[in-house]
Amino acid sequence: MARAASNRSRFGWTILAWIIGLILFFPILWTILTSFKTEAEAIAAPPSFLFFDWTLENYGVVQERSNYMRFLWNSVIIAGGSTVLGVLIAVPAAWAMAFQPTKRTKDILLWMLSTKMLPAVGVLYPIYLICIQLGVLDNRAALVFILMLINLPIIVWMLYTYFREIPGEILEASRMDGATLKDEIVHVLTPMAVPGIASTLLLNFILAWNEAFWTLNLTAVNAAPLTAFIASYSSPEGLFFAKLSAASTMAIAPILVLGWFSQKQLVRGLTFGAVK
Amino acid sequence: MGQITLNQVTKSFGETQVIPPLDLTIEDGEFAVFVGPSGCGKSTLLRLIAGLEDVSSGHIEIDGRDVTDVAPAKRGLAMVFQSYALYPHMSVRKNIAFPMKMAGVDQAEQDARIKKAAAALNLTDYLDRRPGQLSGGQRQRVAIGRAIVREPEAFLFDEPLSNLDAALRVGMRMEIGELHKQLATTMIYVTHDQVEAMTMADKIVVLRAGVIEQVGSPLDLYHNPRNLFVAGFIGSPTMNLISGAEAEQHGAATIGIRPEHLTVTQDGPWQGTVGVAEHLGSDTFVHVHGTGLAETITVRQAGDVPVRHGDTVRLTPDLSRMHKFGADGLRL
Repeated sequence: MARAASNRSRFGWTILAWIIGLILFFPILWTILTSFKTEAEAIAAPPSFLFFDWTLENYGVVQERSNYMRFLWNSVIIAGGSTVLGVLIAVPAAWAMAFQPTKRTKDILLWMLSTKMLPAVGVLYPIYLICIQLGVLDNRAALVFILMLINLPIIVWMLYTYFREIPGEILEASRMDGATLKDEIVHVLTPMAVPGIASTLLLNFILAWNEAFWTLNLTAVNAAPLTAFIASYSSPEGLFFAKLSAASTMAIAPILVLGWFSQKQLVRGLTFGAVK
Repeated sequence: MGQITLNQVTKSFGETQVIPPLDLTIEDGEFAVFVGPSGCGKSTLLRLIAGLEDVSSGHIEIDGRDVTDVAPAKRGLAMVFQSYALYPHMSVRKNIAFPMKMAGVDQAEQDARIKKAAAALNLTDYLDRRPGQLSGGQRQRVAIGRAIVREPEAFLFDEPLSNLDAALRVGMRMEIGELHKQLATTMIYVTHDQVEAMTMADKIVVLRAGVIEQVGSPLDLYHNPRNLFVAGFIGSPTMNLISGAEAEQHGAATIGIRPEHLTVTQDGPWQGTVGVAEHLGSDTFVHVHGTGLAETITVRQAGDVPVRHGDTVRLTPDLSRMHKFGADGLRL
């Protein structure tokens, strides 16, 4: 009896989880489906779900009109560069706070996190003006730097949480065993922290890839990543839903594939410390 | 060789001094046990010797060499941690090899030492496993193996058995004791368990609040405790401490009598009611209330004593084995 009841309830929860999952995924699914419709079908009412004339025309037009590869390349450089740079800066910071904490460590961590609560638009003008002054508007290096700063608190927090899980005694043991600071980092800490560093890299790459506020405001042509690519389809000539959807699909495809293949790492990174 | 000398060593964390000036010498080849209640500074003292903490003042010497400012690895000491502190991503073989790798020992020598240590510690079949695939006792043996292959001047053990279950603890206690006999290397062992201290030590150092209360052989401490703290800490069940009129009759502020120096008799001078009688077969522990001397008087009697809860009993102390303490807590 009890087992039947528990099976029934598990079945119920599974269904519920699928429904929630589908609701969350639906906008993406709809975008992908729309990208294969003609413009007329894209705005038809009632909309057709699967039974329409599938076409690749939109992709052809998008490809013809804009240089997808250039946007893609900019996205890779900006997201990848800011993430790698952020991790390089965050590892020593998180290391120091996790293994050599002082009275102020908690305050510093909270202060860093508090910078994430500032609305980005609040500092848009100063940063925009600084970029003009420095002549780095529409510049990839500037965006790498800015996005790195934006995500740095999260990177530090993730790595800090991760390092905290490594028992200090193991590092002390390595010191007793004759390891220098370099040996300690290379032979002991890094191998133990690889999963944590990997999920941090991954999550921040995705955050930087999807970042739209700064990339839209500080780029025009040269440094414009895929967010700008999508945005360029949203207004100028009225709304062309099918082409906009095709552009969006092309923009999210790489990160969707990356996310799919690294689900395990991502979930581990996001729930680390909560479940162990 | 491994004589360790602490000379006026102190340690403070911020404003708090956890080790007031302390002098101590541990002779070469000695098995010294630091024992005391939680927070008495015994682990801190061990970490100062290891070099994992810096002394606030004073000097530490190993074989006459001042190592106060020498890095942990250069002190010639090996440490076994409470949590084992094995490298989880390395096999047992690599864990044991790690200190030799760091010291640049050549591969053939490494293999020979690993083989010898593994044989001595029954780890030969587990060399290619990861620590996560071993039991607690095996992990602790790996940690000991990692210490042995360094051929240190002295071994430092920081409560190495407290994560093991009771049966395993007794077994490992004997293994460490035998290891000490084989290697004849200085060992310093930290524990809060006075039974471990009594059974393993050549020399026990009793600590309280960073202060050494007494140093001596286990039986010396047992029979001649220097003060009330040591009297109450060493021995299980603990010594019965009695103050008031009864103590004054014997010219002391407090008198102490060990449970085995009391006998349940027909006509003893002390009378009380049995609270709990623990029948262990070989011994009987009788906890007696209402004597007017102390809240509970514990009696340890060999064999089976037919008393039960609620019985009224009379007790006879062996006055020749009585310990007397003055008002300052020191032995008279």
